Amino acid sequence: MIAKTLLGAGLLASMTLLSSAALAQTVGFSQIGSESGWRAAETTVTRQEAEKRGIDLKFADAQQKQENQIKAIRSFVAQGVDAILLAPVVATGWDAVLQEAKEAEIPVILLDRMVDSDKDLYLTAVGSDLVHEGEVAGKWLVDEVGDRECNVVELQGTTGSSPAIDRKKGFEQAIADASNIKIVRSQTGDFTRAKGKEVMESFLKAEGGDTICALYAHNDDMAVGAIQAIKEAGLKPGSDILVVSIDAVPDIFQAMAAGEANATVELTPNMAGPAFDALAKYQADGTEPPKFIQTESKLYTQADDPMKVYEEKKSQGY
Amino acid sequence: MNPRLLPFLATVVIFVVAYVICWLQFPAMLSTRVIGNLLTDGAFLGIVAVGMTFVILSGGIDLSVGSVIAFSGVFVAVMLRDTGIHPVPVFVLLLAITTAFGAAMGLIIHVLQMPPFIVTLAGMFLARGMAYVLSVDSIPIAHPFYDWVQTAYWLMPGKGRLTLIGATMLAVFVAGILLAHRTRFGANVFALGGGVQTARLMGVPVGRTTVLIYALSGLLAGLSGIVFSFYTSAGYSLATVGVELDAIAAVVIGGTLLTGGSGFVAGTLIGVLIMGLIQTYITFDGTLSSWWTKIIIGALLLAFIVLQKALLDITAKRASAREAG
Repeated sequence: MIAKTLLGAGLLASMTLLSSAALAQTVGFSQIGSESGWRAAETTVTRQEAEKRGIDLKFADAQQKQENQIKAIRSFVAQGVDAILLAPVVATGWDAVLQEAKEAEIPVILLDRMVDSDKDLYLTAVGSDLVHEGEVAGKWLVDEVGDRECNVVELQGTTGSSPAIDRKKGFEQAIADASNIKIVRSQTGDFTRAKGKEVMESFLKAEGGDTICALYAHNDDMAVGAIQAIKEAGLKPGSDILVVSIDAVPDIFQAMAAGEANATVELTPNMAGPAFDALAKYQADGTEPPKFIQTESKLYTQADDPMKVYEEKKSQGY
Repeated sequence: MNPRLLPFLATVVIFVVAYVICWLQFPAMLSTRVIGNLLTDGAFLGIVAVGMTFVILSGGIDLSVGSVIAFSGVFVAVMLRDTGIHPVPVFVLLLAITTAFGAAMGLIIHVLQMPPFIVTLAGMFLARGMAYVLSVDSIPIAHPFYDWVQTAYWLMPGKGRLTLIGATMLAVFVAGILLAHRTRFGANVFALGGGVQTARLMGVPVGRTTVLIYALSGLLAGLSGIVFSFYTSAGYSLATVGVELDAIAAVVIGGTLLTGGSGFVAGTLIGVLIMGLIQTYITFDGTLSSWWTKIIIGALLLAFIVLQKALLDITAKRASAREAG
C-alpha cells in the first residue's frame, strides 16, 4: 500500500516536473569559439542571463569553423528549440540554414556580428555601435579638458578593420566642435599590447612628452602597452597624459585603480540579455523588435570603483 | 568468419549502439530531420573520405585534400564572381584541375619513389597557398543555380530533408563500393596495399594504379569542394582546415587497415556517420564542450588501431601455425 502511494506520488511529481520542463524555454546558442577574453566573457554572461530567466541554454562551440555552426543550427532545428542565438564567424553563407530555421518557425537572433543574408531571415541583431563607442570616448575627453589646449595622440586598431575605422570616426565626430582639441599623431598599434607600447614610444620621441595632453587608444590592450611606455619616459600616465580607451577589459580597471588610466568605454559582453528580452516580447504578443538592437556603450572612469569592476570582470572569464 | 570483416562489424555495432543510446536520451534524435542532417552535414567529408579510402587501401596517404576543398570553393567563387560563366562548366574545369593535381602527386610518388606523406604534404601547402592567392576574403556566391540546388531536396516524412548534396554523397559511396570491390582497378588497389613487390609479381601495373588512385582522390576532393561551396554558398581560403585528418579518422574508424590492403568503402560511410552522430549528440546535450567530439574520435581511433593490430597478430599466428603443421 505504502509502496503504491509512494509510486503514485512519484509519478505525480515526475509529471509536474515534466510539465514545468515543457513550459521552460530552450534556446540554442551557436558561439564562434573562445578565441579572446571578450568572447569567453560573452559565453559566461549568456549562460548567466539564460539561468536568470530559467531558460535551458544549449551551447555549441564552433571552434572557429562555419561548418560547425551550420551543423549546430541544423541540430537545434531538429531538436525543436524555441529560439536560436548565433554569433556568426563569417558574414557569408547563412541563407540556406537560416531559411531552414525560418521554415521551422524558430526565430534566430544574431549576436555581436552581422550576416550578409536577407533581413527577413532573422528576428533581430544585437550589437554594439562602434562609431558610438568612439563618440563616448571623445565626449569624455571634451568634458574633461574644458577650454585647455589639448594635443591628442591616437593608437588605431588593425588597419582597415571595421572597429579601427568606426572608432576613429566616432572620436573625430565628438571632438569636431572643440577647436582646442587636436589629434596630432595617429598610427596603428594593431590592437596589441606590444605594438601599442612601441608606437607610443615613437610618439613620445617625435612629439616630446610635455606637448602630449591625451592618448586615445582603440582598445584597452594598446592603452596598457602605451601606459608602460609613458612610465618609462618618466611621465605620469593618467595625470601628465590622460588615457582613454575602449573595450573595458579587466586589466584597464587595474590601471584605473592605480590612477594610470582615466576612462574606458565598455563593449559589453552582455549581448544575450537584450536578445532574451526581445525574444520574450516577441513570443508574448508577437512584437517585432527593430532589426538592430544597440547595446549600451557605458563609460567607466576612476570614480566608478575600478577595483570592484575588475573583480567582477575577472569572474566572467576574460 | 573472415577476421577481416571484424573491424567493419565492430563499426556497425558501435554506430547502432551509439544511436540507440542517443535515442534513449533524446527521442528527437530518431527523426528524419536528424538523419537528413547527418547526410547533408557529412556530405563533403563523406565524398572526400571515399577517395581517402582508396588511398589508404593502397597503403598511401593524401594530406592535400582539405586544402584542395578550400581551393575548390575559392576557385568556384572567384570564377562566378569575375566571369559570366555558368557554374556547370566551371565545375568541369575545376574537376579537371584537381584531378590533374592528384595525378601529378601520384606520378611524383611513383617516379621519384617518394613517401606519399611528404609529397601530399607539399600538395597541401601548395593548394592552400593557391587559395590564398586567389582571395583571402570569404567570397559569397550568388547565382540562381546555387539557389536552385539549395532548394532541391526531397522532404521526407517528418520534415527531414534529403538534400541533393546528401544524395550526391550516397551516390559517390555506391560508385566507390562498386569500384573497390567489383573492378580490376579495385583489385589492383588492394594488391598494392598488400605490398608493392608482391603486387608487381602479380602483374599489377604499379605506376598506372598509383597515378589513378591519387587522381581519384583529387577528383573527389574537387567534388567535395563543390559540395562544400553549396553547403556554405561561399568560398573561403581558411575553410576546411584539418578535414584531411577527419577523413583519415573516418576511414580508420570505418574498419580500413591504416597500413593498407584490407577494408571496406561502406565502412567509411559508417565512420562519417559516427562522427556526425557524436557532434549531434553534443549539440543536443548543449552543456558538453564541443571538444569532446575530438576526444571521443581520438579514443575510437585508438581502439580501432589496437583492434587491427590484434587481428593482424592473430592471422599471422594462424598462418605460421599452418606452416609449422
